[in-house]
Amino acid sequence: MSTFWIILTGCLVASACGIVGCFLVLRKMAMVGDAISHSVLPGIVIAFLISGSRDSLFMLLGAAVIGLITVFLIQLFHQSGVQSDASIGVVFTALFAVGVVLVSVYTRDIDLDLDCVLYGEIAYVPWNTLQIAGVDIGPKAVWGVGLALLLCVGVIAVFYKQFKICSFDPVMAAAVGIPVALFHYLLMGLVSVSTVASFESVGAILVVGMLVVPPASAYLLTEKLSRMMVYSVIIGCSSSISGYYVARLLDASIAGSMISVAGGIFLVVLLFSPSHGVLLRKWKQKRQLQEQASNATIV
Amino acid sequence: MCTDPLTIDNLSVAYQKKPVLRNVSFSVSEGKLIGIVGPNGAGKSTLIKAALGLLPRLSGDVSVYGKGYREQRKLVGYVPQRESVDWDFPTNALDVVMMGRYGHLGWFRRPGSAERTNAMECLAKVGMADFADRQISQLSGGQQQRIFLARALAQDAKLYFMDEPFVGVDAATEKAIITLLNELKMQGKTVLVVHHDLATVEEYFDWVMLLNVELIAFGPTEQTFTTENLQQTYGGRLALLNRDAAASVITSGR
Amino acid sequence: MLEWMSLLKDPNVQWIVLGSMLLGLSSGVIGSFAYLRKQSLMGDALSHAALPGVCIAFMLSGTKSILLFLIGAAAAGVVATFGIGFITRNTRIKQDSALAIVLTVFFGLGIVLLTKIQHSGNGNQSGLDKFLFGQAASMIRSDVITMAIISIVLVGICTLLFKEFKLLSFDAGFARGIGYPVAFMDQLIMFLMVVAVVVGIQAVGVVLMAALLITPAVSARYWTERLGVMVVLAGMFGAFSGFAGTFISASGNNLPTGPLTVLVATALFVISVIGAPRRGVLSKWLLRVSVRSQVRREQAVLQFRGEEQSQ
Repeated sequence: MSTFWIILTGCLVASACGIVGCFLVLRKMAMVGDAISHSVLPGIVIAFLISGSRDSLFMLLGAAVIGLITVFLIQLFHQSGVQSDASIGVVFTALFAVGVVLVSVYTRDIDLDLDCVLYGEIAYVPWNTLQIAGVDIGPKAVWGVGLALLLCVGVIAVFYKQFKICSFDPVMAAAVGIPVALFHYLLMGLVSVSTVASFESVGAILVVGMLVVPPASAYLLTEKLSRMMVYSVIIGCSSSISGYYVARLLDASIAGSMISVAGGIFLVVLLFSPSHGVLLRKWKQKRQLQEQASNATIV
Repeated sequence: MCTDPLTIDNLSVAYQKKPVLRNVSFSVSEGKLIGIVGPNGAGKSTLIKAALGLLPRLSGDVSVYGKGYREQRKLVGYVPQRESVDWDFPTNALDVVMMGRYGHLGWFRRPGSAERTNAMECLAKVGMADFADRQISQLSGGQQQRIFLARALAQDAKLYFMDEPFVGVDAATEKAIITLLNELKMQGKTVLVVHHDLATVEEYFDWVMLLNVELIAFGPTEQTFTTENLQQTYGGRLALLNRDAAASVITSGR
Repeated sequence: MLEWMSLLKDPNVQWIVLGSMLLGLSSGVIGSFAYLRKQSLMGDALSHAALPGVCIAFMLSGTKSILLFLIGAAAAGVVATFGIGFITRNTRIKQDSALAIVLTVFFGLGIVLLTKIQHSGNGNQSGLDKFLFGQAASMIRSDVITMAIISIVLVGICTLLFKEFKLLSFDAGFARGIGYPVAFMDQLIMFLMVVAVVVGIQAVGVVLMAALLITPAVSARYWTERLGVMVVLAGMFGAFSGFAGTFISASGNNLPTGPLTVLVATALFVISVIGAPRRGVLSKWLLRVSVRSQVRREQAVLQFRGEEQSQ
């Protein structure tokens, strides 16, 4: 039974991240996802200090707010002239440094396992259950990530066309009257929420993997945005499930295995995708050249 | 006066120290095809972007059919320069054209079969109906420009701004574009085009605007596109060759 | 004040301060070139990618030798840069996604290897942990001497090949045209970054290493339009951050040096963004205000003349 919860959590994380991650990849903001996953550390610490416990909605909220602040700061520096990649780097490292300092200063008050926050431990998920009126309704992580997934799917479904045009042609979107900034922050809010909700299972750093690797694989497989999101979820879930079993086999980190499997799938797609695979393209070019050569000799 | 498609009053825009546009004022009447010309850095693209609110301005008012731009967005169509878009985006030509209707659909409605039909018609008008499900990165420069035009048509606006639509397109596409623009003019729409090629100004546009940070001249092409005005706009680095009735213009490099 | 002086007399502190300064210096220098090539986040990717290299080095050798770890990390870094380049050159995936993919997949692989090592009972891999999360406070003389040599070599190469790196960063196409071995120099700059990262990880840890490569360089950019000055300034900002960070940590109560160094560098950055002449926010704002009032004055004059004529 606990296997089921672990796999379900993995799939929920992969789905939420896979959907939102498509937009990050298309808008060239993959590293902003990385930034958010690092910079939420001080948010978690502060929320923990204020609320006093590790498992609270408060923590989720606090970290989500810091995610938005991160994006705001990045935007601020970028608009005042700093290159976008540099502004990402400055902001998230500074916030992460604040987080580490806070952890070491309040280390006696915090029962926060830094390693766990960074790497997660999905194996503990089934034991940390939610109780309403004394009835055990399942692991907290499942509820948390499940709600995050619902939120992501809901918001993106309702505003699909806005997200699409803001990613494709923000200039036109602005000219037509769509509030581009609003949708930018909305997307980043969804990223923050998914990131934080996934912490317990795969940890901060590997959330980024789920945000970027399956969508990138999907990007190489299709020419339609809607299909890209579907493929991304499928690939993400497959990585989660296979990764769990690989980890069992090797007796190693579950989250790490999930990402490694995702990476393996990406490599296969990179080389062999019917439309964009590198090896396949080279093979086709060779065939074309051979055909031309043989045609020439016939003529 | 209040129902002019576009009225600009005292518009000034500056990037750093140098003003890019200074005290530009003019009024455009309906049903005209207007070319905006000037040397590099004259502020032509800036004029359009500032009018659409895409760039901040130091001073000045912009009114579209008597009201501010924000209330009249649905009446304005914009064809930006091609570099502003990510051509690797997973979408096809038809989809891009349908995006032209997003402004009309409001916040929550999705594009449906009506939008689809409309988009196919617009594609047909630019001669790209066969390319409807082609992925956009597989299109040539001329074809991409036509898609942008089809998108602008789908917006069904009354006032159009186009930023250098003829750059980098082949002769056939150029001809198709100018035919389309004339059709728009026949329908009573107003089109402002930032144009880079002085040789074709007299052939294409019935009104012309000469811009170099300040507004040098604006009026019907025959009266405005004169040697003196051109000399003033291009700072005297201009040689005009008259062959019969047609004037060819050569600008020396800056 | 006297307390501070006595702190500096402590040899341990001296070594740590020196080590941090050297680290800041070399990161600032190579970070300038990374910044210009828009590869600022490469340092972040390389730091994360180092993990599997270190683990494999441990698994193959069975010992926790710093030198072997360094070699492992460097090898992983080289593979990572190759991977990033391969993805960017051959598919429509852009550089930021390629960075993120390589970063997380390598790190994930590294975590798998790390947990395998932990579970295999090969005992004390605390050396591994310290290597990855930085322990500036435990820097000893031999470490610092290693750092010094590497820093001198790095800064030396950058000085010798300064004009080549400059051209390459600015216009690679032109450089190729005049016969520079562009591909080789590209790899060289990447390799120097790998070296800086690998050396720095020991002191400040994986995440914060990226900061040392980025923040001093960006700060320096605000003060000058000349590359040479920028590189020197970046080095100085980096060194100062290392110095101040270590100092504050030594005099404070149990605060880690790595994050403090980063916070000092960030403070310098904020000062630069706001206060630098010409490029800083304050100067730009003052400029804007003066241009606006100039335009308004011109308009008033025009209006006045218009009124005069109509009278």
